[in-house]
Amino acid sequence: MATLIEVEHLSMRFGGLVAVDDISFTGQPRQITAIIGPNGAGKTTVFNCITGFYKPTIGRLTLHGDRDYLLERMLGHEIGQRARVARTFQNIRLFPAMTVLENLMVAQHNKLMAASGMSIFGLLGLARWRTAEARAVELARAWLERIDLVDVADRPAGELPYGAQRRLEIARAMCTEPRLLCLDEPAAGLNPRESADLNKLLVSIRDLDGIGVLLIEHDMSVVMNISDHIVVLDYGRKIAEGDPAAIQRDPAVIRAYLGTDESGDDA
Amino acid sequence: MVGPRLPAMLKDAGLTTLVAAALGIFIVGFRTVDVGSRTGLGFDYEFADLGVALVVIFVGRFGLSLASIGLRWPAIALGAVMAAVGASPLELPSGFLHWFVVLGGVLLAIRAAWPWANQAFATAVATPGGRALDRLAAKWIGVLMLGFALVLPALPFADQKTMDLGVLILTYVMLGWGLNIVVGLAGLLDLGYVAFYAVGAYAYALLSTQHGLGFWAVLPLAGMFAATFGVLLGFPVLRLRGDYLAIVTLGFGEIIRLVILNWVDFTNGPAGIGSIPGPTLFGAVFAETAPAGKQTVAEMLGIPFDSNQRLIFLYYIILVLALVTNLFTQRMRALPVGRAWEALREDETACKALGINPTNTKLTAFAIGAMFAGFAGSFFAAKQRFISPESFTFIESAIILAIVVLGGMGSQIGVVLAAILLIGLPEWFRDLGNYRMLAFGLAMVLIMVFRPRGLIAHREPSIRLHPVASGGSG
Repeated sequence: MATLIEVEHLSMRFGGLVAVDDISFTGQPRQITAIIGPNGAGKTTVFNCITGFYKPTIGRLTLHGDRDYLLERMLGHEIGQRARVARTFQNIRLFPAMTVLENLMVAQHNKLMAASGMSIFGLLGLARWRTAEARAVELARAWLERIDLVDVADRPAGELPYGAQRRLEIARAMCTEPRLLCLDEPAAGLNPRESADLNKLLVSIRDLDGIGVLLIEHDMSVVMNISDHIVVLDYGRKIAEGDPAAIQRDPAVIRAYLGTDESGDDA
Repeated sequence: MVGPRLPAMLKDAGLTTLVAAALGIFIVGFRTVDVGSRTGLGFDYEFADLGVALVVIFVGRFGLSLASIGLRWPAIALGAVMAAVGASPLELPSGFLHWFVVLGGVLLAIRAAWPWANQAFATAVATPGGRALDRLAAKWIGVLMLGFALVLPALPFADQKTMDLGVLILTYVMLGWGLNIVVGLAGLLDLGYVAFYAVGAYAYALLSTQHGLGFWAVLPLAGMFAATFGVLLGFPVLRLRGDYLAIVTLGFGEIIRLVILNWVDFTNGPAGIGSIPGPTLFGAVFAETAPAGKQTVAEMLGIPFDSNQRLIFLYYIILVLALVTNLFTQRMRALPVGRAWEALREDETACKALGINPTNTKLTAFAIGAMFAGFAGSFFAAKQRFISPESFTFIESAIILAIVVLGGMGSQIGVVLAAILLIGLPEWFRDLGNYRMLAFGLAMVLIMVFRPRGLIAHREPSIRLHPVASGGSG
């Protein structure tokens, strides 16, 4: 199977601070690739480079879609629009005053914008626009059913409980119909039951929707259960890569997580 | 209950009075008077006025303390006594003090009774009947207001003054709705909105007086000019956020005004542009006698001439323009652009992650808002028949912004209510002289205290999955 995203020699410096140092890895379609590491290891920086929020200092980021997109050369919003990379945020970023359904409609902006003829067909209420809108609502409804939020579709998103907001943010990213989904700590703040539901949702996104997922996560019950491939970062460098079983045995990973053992009694 | 706290409350009231005395002694206590050519200015001492005001402040503060520890009835009684004293024929040092004492008493009573009113309202709305009534009111208030606006010229009390006020309020309603797109929906704080209003006004004034174009031909052009200015300004500055954008738009508003003021060859500078033709009705003019080659409306319709006809015509023009603004905005809200505006207001970063181009989206909001200001501007020029840079000062931008914010950001009905309150009140209270601005300020403060999120804070979803009946539940 063809590679979906290729990260080659990615480095990101902020002044004198090297947040990400020469990292390379790949992500495959129909696979969940987890990026783990202690706090400050540079995981979110990698995400911000992939999704265009930062311009990498060095490195090449290629997304293989209908053609090859060089992400480091694209503007922030183009990465979502053309390369179709969607993401969620560590601290949830919904549109809190807008309803749950509206959040999912905004996610289909570019598709609907074309259908509304830059608003002109929409203002005239042409059939072409109305069918496109109805189809967008159906997609949104399908996702609301998958994340079990149909009943609250017309409530402001900001009023939902925390776990529901997490699920809604994933559904919103999926409504952009992405090739690659980047999830930044989706399990943060969830209780064990919600965490288990999240696992099911992510597996279904991988298997049913067939897209590639990049996952940053601290919750090892999520990472080890659903990841196909794991990349471990520490201090901005890649220290290990492999399947969950291999990562759990890797001495470098154990050292990074539990502290160096050089003095013999540290851990 | 009062006993042990009395000293503290008296001390608090005394301290407040002391602060008021320190602030007021030079403002209220002294008045400079012209005492003749040789000695020049002298002082009049108005300590009696100050004394009465300080007593009101002391009693008022004490009343508020009473209300805050739960003694609402004594506080209300105190307010009532104050209002009665103010309204009585009792000799007070000046006429305004009567107003001041009455106002102080009424405010104290309202403030003391507010929690009850609030609670009663909440319980009333919570009952099924109340909820139905609430929904009905929300649905029909707009229709009722529209009906009233449509028949206003035919009502018996609609004299020239009322119609003038109606035109003025509707102009601000239209400007408020236009700015609502930029500030309320897209969340871009624009402090220079009046610049686009000026562009529209000068576009009509110059094109009509120098090139003989009519109102209806210029109207779309004025909108286009204003929108172009919106794009020109927006392109470089819309990547700024929040306060920075506000400052740049403020500067832009002033630049436009200064250019108009100083480019005398083009705009006639501070002298302004006069004898701007009014709008015509199918080519007929509103005047007693028509200029050569034209017809008056009275002749065309075969009715006697009445100077009010022009005003009524203007009234309906601005009503239609305002309604077009409103309908357009409502339509846009349910389209992808409109939703993207609101999404941008909520979270720009998330918008970018969803592939929405923030610059383009903001530009459309800015340009469309500017376009409606351009329409309103050319209407203003046609109505006034004289414009000068003085009509386009920062205070206009501030008033329009106040209408949007006090109305409740993004609420269309709220803008109407706020415009009536902020434009109508100062006009109705013209008898108060300089103190009418006090009424303006008071209205603002009251709204901020009692409705911090604006008169109408409710946001109606642009699309629903479930029909309304089940929408609010769950």
